[in-house]
Amino acid sequence: MNLRGLWLYARRSPQLLVGSGMLLFLFLFGFLGSAIVDTDLARPLSATPRLPPDGHHLFGTDDAGRDLLAVMVVGVPLTLRVGFLAGSVGLGIGTLLGLIAGFVGGRTDGFIRGIVDTLLTVPGLLVLVSVASAIREEISIEIMALVVASLSWMWPTRTIRAQVLSLRGRAFVQMARLNGQGTMEIILREVLPNLLPYLAASFALAVSSATLATISLEALGLGPQNEPTVGMTLYWAISFSALLRGMWWWWAIPIGFLITLFVGLLLVAAGLDQLANPHSRRAT
Amino acid sequence: MILRRLGMFLVVIWSAATVNFFVPRLGAGRDPIREKLGQLMASGGLRQEGIEAMVAAYQAKFGLDQPLYVQYVNFLSDTAQLDFGYSLANYPTRVWQMVGNALPWTIGLLFVSTLIGFVLGTLLGALTAWPKAPRWVRALALPMVTLSAIPFYLLGLILLWVLALEMGWFPLSGGYAPGTLPSVSVSFALDVLHHSLLPALAIVLSAIGLWGVGMRGMMVSTVSEVFVTLAEANGLRGPTLFLRYALRNALLPQFTALGLSLGYIVTGQVLVEVVFAYPGVGSLLFQAIQASDYTVINGIVFLTILAIGGVTLLMDLLYPLLDPRISHHRGAAA
Repeated sequence: MNLRGLWLYARRSPQLLVGSGMLLFLFLFGFLGSAIVDTDLARPLSATPRLPPDGHHLFGTDDAGRDLLAVMVVGVPLTLRVGFLAGSVGLGIGTLLGLIAGFVGGRTDGFIRGIVDTLLTVPGLLVLVSVASAIREEISIEIMALVVASLSWMWPTRTIRAQVLSLRGRAFVQMARLNGQGTMEIILREVLPNLLPYLAASFALAVSSATLATISLEALGLGPQNEPTVGMTLYWAISFSALLRGMWWWWAIPIGFLITLFVGLLLVAAGLDQLANPHSRRAT
Repeated sequence: MILRRLGMFLVVIWSAATVNFFVPRLGAGRDPIREKLGQLMASGGLRQEGIEAMVAAYQAKFGLDQPLYVQYVNFLSDTAQLDFGYSLANYPTRVWQMVGNALPWTIGLLFVSTLIGFVLGTLLGALTAWPKAPRWVRALALPMVTLSAIPFYLLGLILLWVLALEMGWFPLSGGYAPGTLPSVSVSFALDVLHHSLLPALAIVLSAIGLWGVGMRGMMVSTVSEVFVTLAEANGLRGPTLFLRYALRNALLPQFTALGLSLGYIVTGQVLVEVVFAYPGVGSLLFQAIQASDYTVINGIVFLTILAIGGVTLLMDLLYPLLDPRISHHRGAAA
């Protein structure tokens, strides 16, 4: 699939188009924002606290005197970074295990499948809560991403294994094997290229669930305390009861960004899934 | 097969207990007793000389002076009896007591709203994929998908703002009106109901989205099955076709998921409870995190793993009853 083909398809799949548009907006917001907005204002005590949105502070300011526009300009990329980092690690582990399980088969497959099925029934968020609360002082953006990634590789493993199993039996893979290609060569040259659309769809889903887990941990107060991520902003807003005090801008703005992010990722995943799996085109 | 399944359940529970034992000891050199005494010293002006003796005395009392493997064995046997020890933040209270007080609130809220969300979401999801449904019903698919992408508590915040703060139709927080004491009376029951409506609405709305999306996916592939076409060609009426042929066959994965989410009832939607200051297990967990109350956190985590493990086990054993195609005797088939 080349770029032109992708564009032709995107025109026919409004989901993919709208979804990527929303994600692009979030990326640009961080990129362009940091060029226009003074990010020093994201630190506490840099503006008059408790101001509603006006011409000077577009998103208003919070209790500690942070300018919320600056906080979002710094925080949205941070949140995206945690989500994409955790999603990539999770998908990486999942792809590796899925390929091994699908190709080696036999006992190895049974073992990997057993672990995946067992871990899928474990309440991920709660395990993350107990891990994160034990290492709360040391938590940084990267550690946060790794903690979340440690429990986000099971779904990718499962879907990719299923896909590898179906690809392995196809004629072109058998042909390659008859031609004397080695297993590594078959994986790299025949299977992986055909797996790419699935990987892309799984990636969007993995990022979405990793972001959800991250935001939940942060909203519980288990995030990086000194970084103004979107989730931490929400945590401060909840713990200082912004809602009851009528400071709607303090919680509504992070929620707006989060909803844009989640809906965008969902639409992209659904669009890519249709691209990868024409069978489900009827589904939406 | 059943024995193997039971063995897997025990392994999960044992690993969960082990993780619970070792994770709090990860934070290198942390000593909860010394920290707690240090806090007391700072607030109460305790004198310095007695402190080492006190630390030693408390460590002996909690068995922390023994070698690690002895502590581990003691911990496992306590956990097996669901004894999670004392809360570190509210010392003389036992963890089990605190969880026990919060559990009925959470189960009451979650059980009802999960079931309502499941029924409505499944029906709606099935209808949006049904070719003969009215146009406006099929058009509900998009809002449904959007709802499923929004986390429960974010929806809760929005509802709280619109319906409680702006409209004033619902109370802003809590499980019952402040100043009243829990009692068995009609007025108290009504008060509790009034307080739980808004959190329940947040959960039901999001849950409709999640259940609906899952059901829609299943339904799309079911309606294109040959037996549905055959039943239609035989002249069966629409409702019969919908309920007995399409819906019923698409339902099985939904029941699996329902089982799992019923397991989650014991923790509740943690952040929904926090947002509404609802006195359930979720809020308890939040307070425990704020106070670094490890014993309470671990008790709740372990209880949830136990509940979910138990429910999955039960579902696996019940499966052959729901779907005759699945059997535990065929070995690898399950």
